[in-house]
Amino acid sequence: MPRRVFVTGLGLISGIGKDLHENITSLLEQRSGIGKIRYLATHLRDEIPVSEVKFSNEELFRLAGIEPAEGYSRNALLGMIAAGEAFRHAGLNAMPGARTGLISATTVGGMDKCELYYNDFLTNDNRNIYIETYDCADSTQKIADQLGIRDYITTISTACSSAANAILLGARMIRLGYLDRVIAGGTESLTKFHLNGFNALKILDKEACKPFDARRNGITLGEGAAYIVIEAEDFAMKGGRELYAELIGYGNACEAFHQTASSPDGNGAFLAMKKALTMSGLEPGQIDYINAHGTGTDNNDLSEGIAIERLFGDAIPRVSSTKPITGHTTSAAGSTEAILSILCLTNNMILPNLNFEHQMPELHFSPVRELITDIKVSHVMSNSFGFGGNDTSLIFKKAGG
Amino acid sequence: MEELINKLKKEVIEQLNLEDITVDDIDADSPLFGEGLGLDSIDALELIVLLEKNYGLKIEDPKDGKKIFHSIRTMAEYITEHQKA
Amino acid sequence: MERPAAWINGIGIICAQDTSGPGFLSEIKENTTDFLSVINPDYKQFINPIAGRRMSRLIKMGITSARMALLDAQCEMPDAIITGTGLGSVEDTEKLLAEITADQNILNPTPFIQSTYNTISSQVAINLKCNNYNSTYVHRAFSFESALQDGLMQIEDGSAENILAGGIDEMTLIHLNIIRRLKHWKTEPVSNLALLEYNTPGALAGEGAAFFVAGSERNQNTYCAIRRVRTLYKPESIVACTDWINNTLQDAGILPGDIDLVILGYNGDREFDDIYNTVYSELFPGKPAAWFKHLSGEYYTAMGVALWLGANILKRQVIPAGVRFNDIAVSSIRNIVIYNQYRNEGHSLILLSSE
Repeated sequence: MPRRVFVTGLGLISGIGKDLHENITSLLEQRSGIGKIRYLATHLRDEIPVSEVKFSNEELFRLAGIEPAEGYSRNALLGMIAAGEAFRHAGLNAMPGARTGLISATTVGGMDKCELYYNDFLTNDNRNIYIETYDCADSTQKIADQLGIRDYITTISTACSSAANAILLGARMIRLGYLDRVIAGGTESLTKFHLNGFNALKILDKEACKPFDARRNGITLGEGAAYIVIEAEDFAMKGGRELYAELIGYGNACEAFHQTASSPDGNGAFLAMKKALTMSGLEPGQIDYINAHGTGTDNNDLSEGIAIERLFGDAIPRVSSTKPITGHTTSAAGSTEAILSILCLTNNMILPNLNFEHQMPELHFSPVRELITDIKVSHVMSNSFGFGGNDTSLIFKKAGG
Repeated sequence: MEELINKLKKEVIEQLNLEDITVDDIDADSPLFGEGLGLDSIDALELIVLLEKNYGLKIEDPKDGKKIFHSIRTMAEYITEHQKA
Repeated sequence: MERPAAWINGIGIICAQDTSGPGFLSEIKENTTDFLSVINPDYKQFINPIAGRRMSRLIKMGITSARMALLDAQCEMPDAIITGTGLGSVEDTEKLLAEITADQNILNPTPFIQSTYNTISSQVAINLKCNNYNSTYVHRAFSFESALQDGLMQIEDGSAENILAGGIDEMTLIHLNIIRRLKHWKTEPVSNLALLEYNTPGALAGEGAAFFVAGSERNQNTYCAIRRVRTLYKPESIVACTDWINNTLQDAGILPGDIDLVILGYNGDREFDDIYNTVYSELFPGKPAAWFKHLSGEYYTAMGVALWLGANILKRQVIPAGVRFNDIAVSSIRNIVIYNQYRNEGHSLILLSSE
């Protein structure tokens, strides 16, 4: 009998807050983190809005609780802050005797420094320390070393579904008995590399994104880090700690259609959601809320929308994309949005899909436009669909409900 | 115009890495997308980059690309028309 | 004996040695250039030229070795496709970095898409129209092992019957010279065959791709059983490391005395190769030993070559002379331990059995 998996800790830094508490306050005030680029030195500064974490790297060192030093990418700092918060939130430092893993996700890794110092790498030894911090593993290892996690560590990179896959893997390892606790999530800082890369694909909105809107124009990138602590049932029950949710279903499927596009009938999304639903044992009508991937591109929102209609039929739950709030945090999106979904469970609320105005003619449903509070939420689904067709869906249930 | 068409053919072959295709294989009026060369949406983006890098012409909306990149000739006509300014 | 985790039923490999014919390392190619680079097969045989034109060499290597593994296993549709890569497409990333550092405001979309780490798993899936589980691991010397572990866990929990998992990394001269600044690689070209005689710091760099089909059932092509894949992060001491190896074997119901061959990841780096000496003398004294990095060079996912080697040794019951580390005789080979470590930071172990 596989062990049940509970969420015991949350850690989040985003464009709307430096920690969980600040994020919750912003969510309740329906604030968005999207604005003009302030910290990243790029020629796209005045053209493209983003949701930046509103702290410089110097300030991030302070938040991470370490002395400023060479060899730390913005990515690593964000990750250390959020993972550290989740770790403390779950009270893990006081609970020895459990096999603990860290499964982190990132795609840009230490690219923010690499793109600055690449010429040095080629010509001199002045910036060698940043050569070692360039890859995806660096931020994961810095987090692991700060928190003293040794039993299992790895890094996943499946574009926008990375952090969701990190949570999925962590749950699988707990269910099979390889680990008792996992800190799972992702971190992604803004870089010229991917900002310009997405711009080359012509899928960035010049205004704040409007997912599921008939006149949507593309993605608004964001940055941040988010981690959840998941534990096996018998460990989660120790110490009289609060349980935030139970992870009851997950599904990973591949679109296998085109590298940068989803199929018109949203096959990958449909299969991922269906797998998660089947595993959860729930009927479609029991899902109270879907935190959609909803990037604001023509392709994703149509494809995801159709997949939702195919799967839920007449019982489409409330749907919203929270990317107009946090931006699209790419490799951190899966865990950022898992946390936002869990907050809907714990706070009995449904988060809004800001900036929505015009109904998409192809869909029969429209997203939630305003924050809804005082509403019973028992089961939530969180979708993360990545470039390359890596689609993952997670289902959380209210703990003790 | 013919000189530009020839130049464009070479540039398209290079930009899109069409290794086994020669200038003579491409007909100036045949559609670039769909049949024939079988180009796709990523190629359309690469052609946008080609126009900007080699001819200084910026296309903001990829949807405009459909008309411009219909064939080598339509590309050449677009360049001739807009470069005069 | 407990039920094995899974069976290795198919292998596809692209490496610096000739693995194409029926022979088994009858000859090890000597290399004296900066790094060991692969023998590229005719990619056009495996990849449609229209799709292939925008693929970097890494992606061609990945798709080809994945397809080779599926053909070898006669598996048409795996239940999971999982890739491990330490560096991803170095060539595409370099193109983009060159454009960014030249303050080029216009980036080409193709290398950007191809530089994302999950592009190999994704393109293998597109190629096969496979909608099943798909993932990518990017964690240095754990990349391949993580991919393999993920797949084996899915066989274990019943979500998959056949999985495709692989490890792939490429090397370019630019990247080599950057890493040379860190003294991780030899600063001068060396001979792979004399690699362990130099006694200098730095490893011999390499590249390669190896994909494996593992299944819950044997078939007529089965190489061996894969019993354990484990990783160890920054052990506090060499004793912590040897304890971990011992515990892993014990957990699988195997004593060090039951091991017939130890395959070790010596890479010519004087700073770290001694770890292998200690592990061998502490746990497996007097056992036949082999090594593999003179075949492929060092790269994050080089364990793929070791797994290919071990699986073939078990299937053919032959240890090629060119990989022998000592001359200790062995009659029948039933259990193989493969142990590797990367700069004492990432240690990994694979346990294989003939049944």
